[in-house]
Formats: sequence, structure tokens, C-alpha cells
Amino acid sequence: MSTGTVTIPASSDSDDAAARRRKRLVNIGLWVVMVAMAVFFLFPLVFMFVSSFKPDDAVLSGSGSLSAFIPSPFVGFENYADAIERASVIRVFFNSVLISSVIVGGGLIVNSLFGYALARLRFRGKGLLVASIVALIIIPFEALAVPLLFMGAEVGMLDTYIIQILPFVANPLFVYLFYTFFLDIPIELEEAARVDGAGPVRTFVSVIAPLAKPVYATMAILGFLFSWGQFLWPVMVTRGIEVRPLPLGIGTFQTTPPIQWGDIMAYAAMMTLPLLIVFLVFQRYFVQGVASSGVKG
Amino acid sequence: MASQPAAADTEVPEIGPAPTRRNEGAVAWAFSTPALLFLALFLVLPFVLAIVFSFTNARLISPLPTRFVGVDNYVSVLTSPTFWRGLLNNTIFVVVVVPVQTALALGLAILVNRKMPGRTIFRTIYFLPVVTVMAAAATIWVLLFNPNGLINAVMETITFGAFAPDWLNSTTWALPAVMIVSVWQGVGFQMIILLAALQDVPDTLYEAAAIDGATPWQQFTNVTLPGIRNGLIFVITVTTIFAFRLFDQVYLMPQSPGGPLNATRTMMLEMVETGFNRQAIGVGSAIAVVFFLIVLTITIVQRRFVKEEGQV
Repeated sequence: MSTGTVTIPASSDSDDAAARRRKRLVNIGLWVVMVAMAVFFLFPLVFMFVSSFKPDDAVLSGSGSLSAFIPSPFVGFENYADAIERASVIRVFFNSVLISSVIVGGGLIVNSLFGYALARLRFRGKGLLVASIVALIIIPFEALAVPLLFMGAEVGMLDTYIIQILPFVANPLFVYLFYTFFLDIPIELEEAARVDGAGPVRTFVSVIAPLAKPVYATMAILGFLFSWGQFLWPVMVTRGIEVRPLPLGIGTFQTTPPIQWGDIMAYAAMMTLPLLIVFLVFQRYFVQGVASSGVKG
Repeated sequence: MASQPAAADTEVPEIGPAPTRRNEGAVAWAFSTPALLFLALFLVLPFVLAIVFSFTNARLISPLPTRFVGVDNYVSVLTSPTFWRGLLNNTIFVVVVVPVQTALALGLAILVNRKMPGRTIFRTIYFLPVVTVMAAAATIWVLLFNPNGLINAVMETITFGAFAPDWLNSTTWALPAVMIVSVWQGVGFQMIILLAALQDVPDTLYEAAAIDGATPWQQFTNVTLPGIRNGLIFVITVTTIFAFRLFDQVYLMPQSPGGPLNATRTMMLEMVETGFNRQAIGVGSAIAVVFFLIVLTITIVQRRFVKEEGQV
């Protein structure tokens, strides 16, 4: 599998023992590297959670030593209560959930239907549509943000949920990923359904969609990952906290000193936890989703 | 893109009853229309508008009628020192982060691909920052980078006190701080893509190489690297494009966005400040078009490399 696991055939017993010893040393070395990397990726998150249970001044004063990782002095959920009140967490949390769920839910429906039509149904202009979808994938959202802002302002949609949702429902990358998945489903299944007298709609709803559950799960999670952390677009189209999502709420705390670091860390933790939990529960789909987004290259 | 063009015209064998067949075109359009409408309205239309606006003096709220101004917006963008400063920062970011992040992602992918106990746990840990919202990550790192923070505590220990800058208030070290956060947050994503590529390299190739007496390093350069070539090209491309999209970190981490003294200004920040803060839709659109052309160029270069691979 990987380079290190293949051993070169050795000629004598002593060579063998030496090779084994060397291999063990290499393994221990690699293990140390892996642990060091794990520390690098984990420590900011551990620091965040630990700090969220400490008083504000202790967060800052303890941030330069190992005491940064010891939740002492401990204030329980005081920071969380503060942050919830100051940044209207309940409101922005609800906003984030609403915006992300509609984007993901609506996206699953329209993207998969389109992907299925492109992969399996016969109609004029299909080849052109597939080529267009592939071309559209390369347009980054950021290149559209300014004219979309203008469009939103023209129709009086600024500071609404709708303007934070609609631009992200259809996604050419997701259409393409559904399309490639549906191409790989054995055609016999649909033929069988057709012989049984099912039309394309029945075939899709009762044969194809159930089969594609893992793909829907993967796309849902990938879509959730993309939409939960959205920052640039809400900064441009929203002002008050009424419709703003979670990530923008962090700005509430960037006030005049003394900065309340305990509250900020509690807020960061609340923002991070939902995605973290979803990730740990549905890890398999996450990994598949990310890997499949790479396959398109 | 390997499977896509050939499959586009795969035909369904004609076996269904006649009424179903006649229906199919109508059903296909019914399935396609919702997505097509959304894409037309929120992707194609704004894209066309970006190009049109970039040649006009459009403003967000303005009593004056919009009129055609030729290439004035492009001239003003391309003669603006802050735009070039942003582009320069994006370029520095690409030059440093793309090789570092790609190499690190590959290293991690190889590590978690080894049949070692606990490799799933390590893979999970390396991926955790990816699911950390950037706004949260940026804020945590602001605290870690404060002059008396954890990063400097480590730096002082390593360098015996010789190196402990005020990262985010230093015109020299603010951008590297942003780079560190970006690599920390992004590398797990690339690792997973390269891991998938590594697992697609057939074991038999390694076995053959081992029988031929290839050293692990020779196996790496002659089997692994060619085997994951397309995955690597994809990762390099995506990382480069992401580098030009850099926004959240430079908006949140410095005391003022893009600071200190434009040391972390990026093209995206310039676009948001122009199009949104100053409401100059025309000039903002010109920046968007320039940005798109950069992304397009990167993609074309990528496709060329991938194509060569296909011909071998």
C-alpha cells in the first residue's frame, strides 16, 4: 500500500533481524511524527474549549504557558451564558440552521434531479448542458458577489434570509457529482422498473433515489460544510443580527478593551461544536464527500 | 474529467412501452428546469452582469443613471496601489502556501495510509480543523499569536528569546501568521484527496518495484508520484485558487481588515471594500473579472497538465 510497508527480501537471518530492527525504529520515528502533527492540529481546539471555561483575564494571562490547557480558575458555563446573551446566540444559531438546511435540502432535490436527467434521460441538448455544467464549475462565487449584491439591492432583498439562500441552492459541482454517480448505477435496475411499467418519475423516486442514499448523505454533508461557515456573502448583504448567521456574530465581541476572551472562546466553541459533532458521527460520508470532490479533477 | 464526455451520450436501450418513451423528454426537462433556473439566475446572470458592469459606472445606490465608461474601471483598478498590494500578497501566499501545504498534505496522507494502529484516529484529528468554522479558527489564532501568547512562548523557548514578534501588528509577520492559520485549517482537506489517490495506486506496482530492488525512495518517485499525479495536480490547483480567494482570515485576524498598513490586504478584500463599502459596483466588478481571469488561467493550465497524463 504505502512505501514503507514493502520489505526487501533479505538473504540471511542476521540481515533479517537487522532489517526488522531498522523497520521498528522507522515505525517509532513515524509514530512520533504523527503524534507531533496531531498536537499541532489539536492544540488550538483544545485551547478554545479550555479557555471557554475560564474567566476573561485568566484566558489572556495564562495564554503563554502550559496553564493555557488547564481549565483553572474554572467558571463553569458562565462564559457561555454571557455569550448567549450578548451575541443573541439563540437567534443567530437559528438563522444559521435555517439558512444551511434550506440550502442543503433544496440543493439535494434540484441538483440530484438535474444530475439524473443528464445521466439517464434522453432529451435534446443534453450534451451541451453537460458541457456547460462542467464549465460553470470553475466560476468561483466570489466573482459573482458584487453583481449579486447589486441584484439583491435592486429587488429590495438585502437583509433577508432569501438572499443568503437562493444563490447557493443549485451548485454545478454537486450536479456534476450526482451526474457521475447516476452514470455508474447499473442500467439493468431501471430497465427492470421500466418493464414493470414504471415511468421515469416512478423509477427515480422508488428505485434510483433509495439506491443513492449514501450519495445524498455525502452531498448533504459537503453542502453543510460549505454553507455553515459562510462569511464573505453575509458580510456583504446583511447588517443587523436579525438574519445574520453565526460566524458574523463573533464581531459582537470586537469592542473596546478589555476584550472578553472567555466569552469569545465560548462563542467560538458554540459555533464549532455542531459541525464537529456532525463530522464525528458521519465521518465516513465526510471523507467520501471530500474525496469525490477531488475525483472531478 | 475522465469519465464525463464518453458517458454523456450513453443511450438507454429502447425497451420501455411507447408512452413512457414519448414522455421522457418532457420529464427530463421537468427534472432539469429547477436547477437550470437557479443556475441561470444566480450564476450565469451575475456572471454576465459582472462583465457588463465592469465597463460602466454602476453604483449601489445612486440617483445618476448608469452609463458606459469603457475601460476606465480597469484602468483605475490596474493603477491602484492597494490593488497591486493585494495581488502581491496573494502571490506571496501562493508561492509559500501552495508548496508547503501540498507537501504537508502528501506527507500526512502517506502517514495515515500506512497500516499502523490508530491511523483512523490520526486521520480524524488531522481533518478536524477543516470542520472548524474559519471565523472561529481565526479568532482562536488571534489569541495564540498575541505577543505574550502560546506561539511566542514556544518560539522563545526554541530560539532562546531571539524571536518573538508581535505577529498581527507586524508588517513582516502578519501575512505569515495568516498563512499558518490557512495551512492549519486547509491541509486536512487536501490530505483526504491525496489519500484517495494513494489508495488507487495498485499494490502490484509496489510489489513489482520491490522485486526489482527499488528502495523506498525510488518507489516513492517512480510509483507513488506518477500514480497520484492527477490528484496532486488537482490539489495544487485548488490550493492556488483558494489562495486568490483569501478573505475571512485577513478580514478577522488583523486589528483592521487587511492591516497593518495593507500587509494582509488581498484582492478579495479590495473587491469587497470597493464594491460593498464604497458601493462602486463598476470598479468592484472589474476586480471580479480580473479575479475570474486569474482563476480561469490556473484552470486551463491544470487541464493541460492532466491531458498530457491521459495521452501517455
